[in-house]
Amino acid sequence: MQIIKDKQIVENTYRYLADDESLSNGNITVSLARWLQEKAQLLSHNGQVGLRLTIEDDVTLIADDLNKIALLELNFPAFTDGRLFSRAKLLRIRFGYQGEIRAVGNFMLDQVFYLSKIGVNAFHLNNEEQLPVALATLDDFSISYQ
Amino acid sequence: MACSILLFILSYRVYTRIPTLCMYQYNDNDQTIIEERVVQFRGQTERFLKGELNEDQFRALRLMNGLYIQTHAPMLRVAGPYGLISAKQLRKLGDIAKNYDKGYAHFTTRQNIQFNWPELAKVPDILAELATVQMHAVQTSGNCLRNTTTDHLAGVCKDEIEDPRPTCEIIRQWTTFHPEFAYLPRKFKIAVSASAQDRAATQFHDIGVHIVKNAAGEIGYRILVGGGLGRTPIIGEEIRPFLEKKHLLSYLEAILRIYNLYGRRDNKYKARIKILVKETGMETFRQQVEAEWNAIKDGMELSDARFAEIKAHFTDPAYDKNAAADTSFAAHLEQNSAFATWIKFNTKEHKMDGYRAVFVSLKAPDSPPGDITDACLYAVADLADEYSFGEVRSTHRQNLVLADVKQADLYALWQKLSALKLATANIGTATDIICCPGLDFCALANAGSIDVVKEINQALDDIDYIHDLGDIKINISGCMNGCAHQSVGHIGILGVDKKGVEWYQITLGGSSENEAAIGDRLGPSVARDEIVPAITTILEVYTEQRQEEESFLTTVKRVGMTPFKEKVYANH
Repeated sequence: MQIIKDKQIVENTYRYLADDESLSNGNITVSLARWLQEKAQLLSHNGQVGLRLTIEDDVTLIADDLNKIALLELNFPAFTDGRLFSRAKLLRIRFGYQGEIRAVGNFMLDQVFYLSKIGVNAFHLNNEEQLPVALATLDDFSISYQ
Repeated sequence: MACSILLFILSYRVYTRIPTLCMYQYNDNDQTIIEERVVQFRGQTERFLKGELNEDQFRALRLMNGLYIQTHAPMLRVAGPYGLISAKQLRKLGDIAKNYDKGYAHFTTRQNIQFNWPELAKVPDILAELATVQMHAVQTSGNCLRNTTTDHLAGVCKDEIEDPRPTCEIIRQWTTFHPEFAYLPRKFKIAVSASAQDRAATQFHDIGVHIVKNAAGEIGYRILVGGGLGRTPIIGEEIRPFLEKKHLLSYLEAILRIYNLYGRRDNKYKARIKILVKETGMETFRQQVEAEWNAIKDGMELSDARFAEIKAHFTDPAYDKNAAADTSFAAHLEQNSAFATWIKFNTKEHKMDGYRAVFVSLKAPDSPPGDITDACLYAVADLADEYSFGEVRSTHRQNLVLADVKQADLYALWQKLSALKLATANIGTATDIICCPGLDFCALANAGSIDVVKEINQALDDIDYIHDLGDIKINISGCMNGCAHQSVGHIGILGVDKKGVEWYQITLGGSSENEAAIGDRLGPSVARDEIVPAITTILEVYTEQRQEEESFLTTVKRVGMTPFKEKVYANH
């Protein structure tokens, strides 16, 4: 499966690890609940750890762990729900998160440009065929007022 | 031959007298952004027409570009940034009305311009044309930051602390394509006022910005939040009494971020910031905002140089210092009572001696409020070039203003406006009605509004009676979304649907000015054939009850609803 990351179409290197699935080597994403329970084991496994965040998850719970987490996935419940735009911005400016922030779930490619402006640097589209068009939208505007 | 000579003379007149504009002019960056937007929207429209975007997705995208799907056709709402329009832009609007619409345009309460009959596939072409004159339809609809509005007399009235337009322009740029706030819980409207008398209804906006002076004599902003009209009219409350100018954008950003994170998204009727403020409580809401603001303010300061750069666009035009020496104006006033009446109702005093601000009434008795034909758009553009430094403003009450007219020119201007049917001397009177498109055009409406206005005009066809009634603001909306601000009309009329039949609710005593108030219900709604008699009855009760020069609003406050109720419902 491919995604957009840092303005390029690349292979996704993370595997979705369900809460009841046993830990295996390689890059994985886990839920916040699992992270909070098994932080030590997850960090000692062979590979990077990404966190799957939903709109309900409280980011302050992982504020001190952020430098150990390589990827934060923000899962859009609906493209009209703009809360994650502010969440992403706060992750960058308030929590100083430097890793990958990836949009997943129900957002649309026409939101990719705005999301890129507020700190989201990776995009997993539900329809992979749209990746080239989404990539092109990153150049929609050459100048910004903000 | 004669015709071409005439054309030459006309073009000579127009083109030699085009003045230097004293309004914001795009720089290369502004122009690039707006042109890139046209390309972006063209792509989105093409993808929708090819079926690559679904209805829901395209709805959100087109609304953020002012494009609605209405009863008959799409409606395109073009932005009039804080109401300022150049003569050149007005001509372009005339072109669009002529070439893409049915020969007219409509001015709205947010100082914007609507076209009711464009073809969806041609909207990108319209936007491309608008971009050639520094215009667009960005964020004129949708759940995003909308067009910022202000006083239509900004920069020319006597009672302002400073010109609010530079502040509006700074807000305009900040709101335009703000990446974080494009998918808010609901629409978001900001208004700015700098004068003692609030002519921008700031207390009924999501954010009201008042330019004020503190005890130390420094100019800054008083910030109101949580006002709004619509289904739940609420008067905005003060969140900060004084904000240093340099912190304007950080404070707005803090409010918006709190709203975006915590505003309700479960029910669109409870999604405006006014509900969040009420449910959170002003104290807690303020704490949230101030905490966010303290975290971001140092990184977002506006420099003096930035203010100066924007302010330089809004210099005074080249006023004639001897304008007041003219004697013809006084002579015309004396000799022509119709002219004198027009001066009284349709012009306002100006900060410069010898100048007045002129209202172009878009409320002729036989024309839908706020509508203007392509021919009149061109004509008003010419008049603006000839008499008012090439600039026009649109007003919150759906009229136009030529803000800088020399008193010596007023008589000629009046004659020309009269010939165009744009000089009905009714500004601020009972026939200067704010009206939404209603059932005739709008898919949301429950009832007609334009025809009701027409009938009110027919019933009030005695202009002397209208002048005697004085300051009365009638607002009529065809549904409870309240686009025509009926809840703050001195007389508010609201169309409701009762089992498929149009009925009308009446409220009295509302106001969007300094003494902000939401009107009280008069009683049960009345049927279609009873609404106009009800309005004329209300006006009769006023003339019976008023004391001396007492205004309608003051009389309503003093005598209460009972005398009005008794007469209106006498036969029920």
